[in-house]
Amino acid sequence: MADLTTVFAGIRSPNPFWLASAPPTDKEYNVRRAFEAGWGGVVWKTLGEDPPVVNVSSRYGSLDFNGARMIGLNNIELISDRPLATNIAEIKAVKRDYPDRAVIVSLMVPCEEDKWKAILPIVEETGADGIELNFGCPHGMSERNMGAAVGQVPEYVEMVTRWCKQNTRMPVIVKLTPNITNILMPARAAKRGGADAVSLINTIQSVIGVDLDQMAPMPVVGGKGTHGGYCGPAVKPIALRMIGEIARDPEMAGMPISGIGGIGSWRDAAEFLAMGSTTLQVCTAAMHYGFRIVEDMADGLSAWMDQKGYSSIDDVSGRALKQFVPWNQLNMKFKTIANIDQDACVSCGLCHIACEDTSHQAIAKTRVDGERHYEVIDEECVGCNLCAHVCPIDGCITMEPQPVEGHLTWPEHPNNPHRIMA
Amino acid sequence: MDQQPMPSPDIATGRLTELELNHNFSDAHPPLSHEQALVEAERCFYCYDAPCIEACPTSIDIPRFIRAIATDNMQGSARTILDSNILGGSCARVCPTEILCEQKCVHNTLEEGRPVRIGQLQRHATDWQMEHGGQPFRRQPETGRRVAIVGAGPAGLACAHRLAMYGHDVVLYDRHAKAGGLNEYGVAAYKLSDDFAQKEVDFLLAIGGISVVGGRTLGVDLSVGDLKRDHDAVFLSIGLTGVRQLELEGEALDGVQDAVSFIETLRSMPKTDVPVGRRVVVIGGGNTAVDAAVQARRLGADEVTLVYRRGAENMSATAIEREWAQTNGVTVRLWASPVAIVQQEGALAGVEFARGSLNESGKPVYNAEDRFFIPADMVLKAVGQVFCHDPISGEEIAIENGRIMVDADYRTSMKGVYAGGDCTPGEDLTVAAVRDGRDAAEAINAALSSVA
Repeated sequence: MADLTTVFAGIRSPNPFWLASAPPTDKEYNVRRAFEAGWGGVVWKTLGEDPPVVNVSSRYGSLDFNGARMIGLNNIELISDRPLATNIAEIKAVKRDYPDRAVIVSLMVPCEEDKWKAILPIVEETGADGIELNFGCPHGMSERNMGAAVGQVPEYVEMVTRWCKQNTRMPVIVKLTPNITNILMPARAAKRGGADAVSLINTIQSVIGVDLDQMAPMPVVGGKGTHGGYCGPAVKPIALRMIGEIARDPEMAGMPISGIGGIGSWRDAAEFLAMGSTTLQVCTAAMHYGFRIVEDMADGLSAWMDQKGYSSIDDVSGRALKQFVPWNQLNMKFKTIANIDQDACVSCGLCHIACEDTSHQAIAKTRVDGERHYEVIDEECVGCNLCAHVCPIDGCITMEPQPVEGHLTWPEHPNNPHRIMA
Repeated sequence: MDQQPMPSPDIATGRLTELELNHNFSDAHPPLSHEQALVEAERCFYCYDAPCIEACPTSIDIPRFIRAIATDNMQGSARTILDSNILGGSCARVCPTEILCEQKCVHNTLEEGRPVRIGQLQRHATDWQMEHGGQPFRRQPETGRRVAIVGAGPAGLACAHRLAMYGHDVVLYDRHAKAGGLNEYGVAAYKLSDDFAQKEVDFLLAIGGISVVGGRTLGVDLSVGDLKRDHDAVFLSIGLTGVRQLELEGEALDGVQDAVSFIETLRSMPKTDVPVGRRVVVIGGGNTAVDAAVQARRLGADEVTLVYRRGAENMSATAIEREWAQTNGVTVRLWASPVAIVQQEGALAGVEFARGSLNESGKPVYNAEDRFFIPADMVLKAVGQVFCHDPISGEEIAIENGRIMVDADYRTSMKGVYAGGDCTPGEDLTVAAVRDGRDAAEAINAALSSVA
């Protein structure tokens, strides 16, 4: 059995699966249920100053696709709306009862050193394992110059991180917002400020949909809507890219990353680990199905690691990074060609019409003995993969790499006016 | 002294209560809920140049209408169907989809026997239109042209609607009081429950420009010649009005009846007033035989045996229809040919059959020595319907293989006279009749438009 134990910025947890700072970690009741279900850790929903914020009613909006619910979710909920003392007491009680689990406390107070200085000892007193600085919340709080409003300014990220490092013994995790052009800027700023780790991505600014009867963005609150923070399976590609970008950056070398963004299965988890994460934070999937999803995530990850011969999380973490390169390092001599397994083909014609209308006219539509027949025209196929993606039958269309002769990247390519002359 | 009652077959009404009858003749296959329809619609792969379209005689753009259901564009979905097939509602209910669109669904290769339920989805969309949208088409400006249509079945109705769309005026004659043809008088009641056939006729006629004249029979009080004189074109969709006989002695006995007339009686009367035998033998292997047998059971017959002279694979009723009959408690006996209607003191007692098989040259042969007897109070003959050409015998309309000969544009050999549906060659399916009517209307319109 693979060992799922994780040590992340000095914080131990029995598995890499943490619940992200969000509604599922707002209260002792939920967190106890999560730990009973097997979660390795939680990041407690963000604490702020008293008096607590007030949340509106009607908070989430869902993106459904072809019958699948919540492939994306956005929310307009703010940080914890309960008094600080209540949260602190509950955190203390939970940590006392679950000493082997990671309990991280997410924090957000105004950008003033005194404010941070004031709250840190209160949190420290709970026995929590670390803090996560919420520099990511893209709605509501950012309009009050907190959350993403800090995260979008690298100088502020660095400054606040430094205040925290100077005022607490707890490990400091900086949670980054994706609502920025270059994720490396705030990540490097966090490092300069002394961060022990980064976590990402926070939610993405979004309007999830428009209620066409009320003519208002969803979720509609009394006839009006506002932008929210987007998460769930649909954001995974954005998260993977940003995590990979940080993990392969030489300046960020050695910085632990807690991966967040649409993780819902062991396979997602493995991908996030491969791109450089060491712990994984989950929210939407738990909100969709309940805490029990962790069972299959841990189980499946462990089984996959056994199968592949990986014995620990560190074995997997960052495995794909060497292969994650800038475009101009790709071998332009590589060629792959689609192949249709005629026995598996159900003759739906989707590959043909996709290629014919929108790609390279490389799938011929013919009749063989009166039956529909689709055949790849090898000479026309550029190996774009589109047909394999639209084919509804698993394994029917496979992309077959052709023998490659030599290696040629764009910087050396004859068509490149700026090519590097040998 | 006790008087021996005259022997007579046990045929009676009221074998079941009204409540039981209502239940037995309600919708055989209840409609999908909107949620079920969405789930089913999302199963569709939205095939390109889809095989289901090709399998549909009216070429409905099935993937398109299903996608419209999935996107909740119910109006667009219904319009897509009705544009090709204005009787899409009844076709959704009566089509043997298992040998048409659904047989060709690519899901069959993935999970055998689980095609997308196209018929049910079509019903969902057309029901929506009839409930919410009414007649979706508008007439073009009136042309002043008049077309007579004889036979208000699916072919006649489809032709009338398409002609009315083009702005022509249509007079639709039928020998029955009501329009609808087989949908009204010939199909099992549970397939078109809740008076659906009439509701659909009303929906269709709402386009305007069509007057229905019932109770007029071609060859009796209507002639092609007269119609031709008074109209710019004539379309004949007179169906098959003849029934094959067994050619056995005793066919005129009380209790021996054509399945077609049995069904027509059943469709025209309250079910409580329809007489049915205690033991019923149905002879034949088509949909009429199945419809008669199942409905006899549902009227309360104790024992119903459907006897077909050849094997299951030769039946023109589909496997699903045959299984439906068996599920309804009908005993299906194959490879048996009727050789005698047995009487007892002048009354029907049953039918004697000879067992048969295929001989070496692949022809069915029946052994007159190897017989069995099935007692019956009622015998329903469903051995085929034929075109009866008497109503047009005085006209110069050519007949080919026992049906009215038409060219690719549905023109008969008589100028200005067109024909389609079951009275012309081709498969005898409601949906094929609709196609004939629709395409004949296109041909008539083209002809009328080209004549100054």
